Amino acid sequence: MNKNIDTKKIIISNPLKLDCGKEINNFPIAYETYGKLNSEKSNAILVFHALTGDQYVSGKNPITNKDGWWSYVVGENKPIDTNKFFVICANVMGGCMGSYGPSTINESTGKQIGTDFPIITINDMVNAQYELIKYLEIEKLFAVVGGSMGGMQVLQFVANFPDKAKLAIPIACTSSHSAQNIAFNELGRQAIMADSKWENGFYSNYKLNPDKGLAVARMAAHITYLSEKGLQEKFGRKLQDRDSLRYGFEADFQIESYLRYQGSVFVDRFDANSYLYITRAMDYFDLSKQYKGNLSDAFKKTKTKFFVISFTSDWLYPTSENREIVIALNSVGADVGFVEIESDKGHDSFLLDVPSFLKTLGDYINSTYKIINERRI
Amino acid sequence: MKEEFNIISNLIEENTRVLDVGCGNGDLMKFLQENKTKDIRGLEISKEKVQNCLSKGLTVIEGNAESDLKQFPKSSFDYVILSQTLQAFLNPELVINELLKVGKKVIVTIPNFGYWRVRLQLLFKGTMPVTENLPHEWYNTPNLHMCTIKDFYNFCSSKNIKIFKSIALKKSRISEINKSNLNYKNLDSHLGIFLIES
Repeated sequence: MNKNIDTKKIIISNPLKLDCGKEINNFPIAYETYGKLNSEKSNAILVFHALTGDQYVSGKNPITNKDGWWSYVVGENKPIDTNKFFVICANVMGGCMGSYGPSTINESTGKQIGTDFPIITINDMVNAQYELIKYLEIEKLFAVVGGSMGGMQVLQFVANFPDKAKLAIPIACTSSHSAQNIAFNELGRQAIMADSKWENGFYSNYKLNPDKGLAVARMAAHITYLSEKGLQEKFGRKLQDRDSLRYGFEADFQIESYLRYQGSVFVDRFDANSYLYITRAMDYFDLSKQYKGNLSDAFKKTKTKFFVISFTSDWLYPTSENREIVIALNSVGADVGFVEIESDKGHDSFLLDVPSFLKTLGDYINSTYKIINERRI
Repeated sequence: MKEEFNIISNLIEENTRVLDVGCGNGDLMKFLQENKTKDIRGLEISKEKVQNCLSKGLTVIEGNAESDLKQFPKSSFDYVILSQTLQAFLNPELVINELLKVGKKVIVTIPNFGYWRVRLQLLFKGTMPVTENLPHEWYNTPNLHMCTIKDFYNFCSSKNIKIFKSIALKKSRISEINKSNLNYKNLDSHLGIFLIES
């Protein structure tokens, strides 16, 4: 949580007008890169992370000491092979891994910005990351890729910059947050704000942390990332380190213990205010509304090739919502492929070892890279 | 297969926009991409086959022609191809109408149920025909609406669908179908290939 993280960072001096109306400048965007940019600068892939992700896509995450969040997908000899591609990932604006967010220190007060941080949107996040691409002097990305909120950023990126990526791969996402999505996010926010240690968002001034609220938020959200079948198969009614029920409120069941653990490790690496701001940005995301109710207009000018992927057991961003993106793209004659991958692992499938997903994604990226390079588009 | 691909390819002008409905593993798409046009898309119902196509870098959408053709705007493709799939639909007439909306021209190929080898099986063996082109048994066939070259020819005239070109294939022998030789071609060809327009 911005504990003096030694991370790559640029300070963006160009003023950026946020959707909320506020203008910001001289703000940090933290990022990480993997692999090497080739001399033609034609092998760059921008990866967008999801709600609780960060710039550490692959290798060891220096903060958590665990594998990067997309280690199954990005790395040497992985589907997005860093021997071949130059992979860039930035911590989103609003995040807590070095980019401009509520835990950034306000230099004039020496305190964290807290809830004085402006409300940000997916559009703002994408515009900030575009500054990073300019800073890296990449004229055209080979691909923009991301799952969940990362997929929303993919869609927004292509809508904002129709000629800046040859290929776009939005995975397990939506073009507009549904009532159910907003409902679960609101539940998480209320859990944080109900924690007496939240202090209206200025907890760091009192050396407090609303960790109980944040843990509950994470536990609730975590359920939405899994499938009923997956939960039942993994946990069922199995008991945790005991042979019989204890007639109390301890974690009798393995699923309870698992969720408590997920909550507790999350609070060590994530800032409660970031959770509020980023979930809000997701809730505000409605790409079709940005284009007066016509989603296809978002892609009217694009020459980008699209590959949309959904998962059978994902009920958070179900196939039907991913299909709407495909339909909008088809209606403007965009080049779009689509597949729904069979998986019991729920929304989290895009982060996990799902062989048919990893194979299809890797083969598609590599064949398309070859085809596009041969054609020299 | 190769002959069918060649005939289809010869019906298509270069650098046009093509949609292959029921594209399977993408063999025809690949063939056309190498020989005719880069701008080719596919629609396929089987997940596994869609994944095979995408792995080759082909632009394919998982979907069902009976419900998912609607998403393409009117006349958004120069050619829409339906290769040996018409018989597998619940409602072939609806599919043909959808194809004619989406494509300026439509290429339909049909395994001919009027081929004499097929007819002989029913006539002499008294069992549902099983051939190289129609390898399934009656109880597991995906083919719900088998038709003959003559059936399709008559269907087009009764629905006022223009036939630009109709080609009969027997082994690798190619010939044109017309009104006067229809009965003969219907008996002596295993495949019919039609270029039609609404």
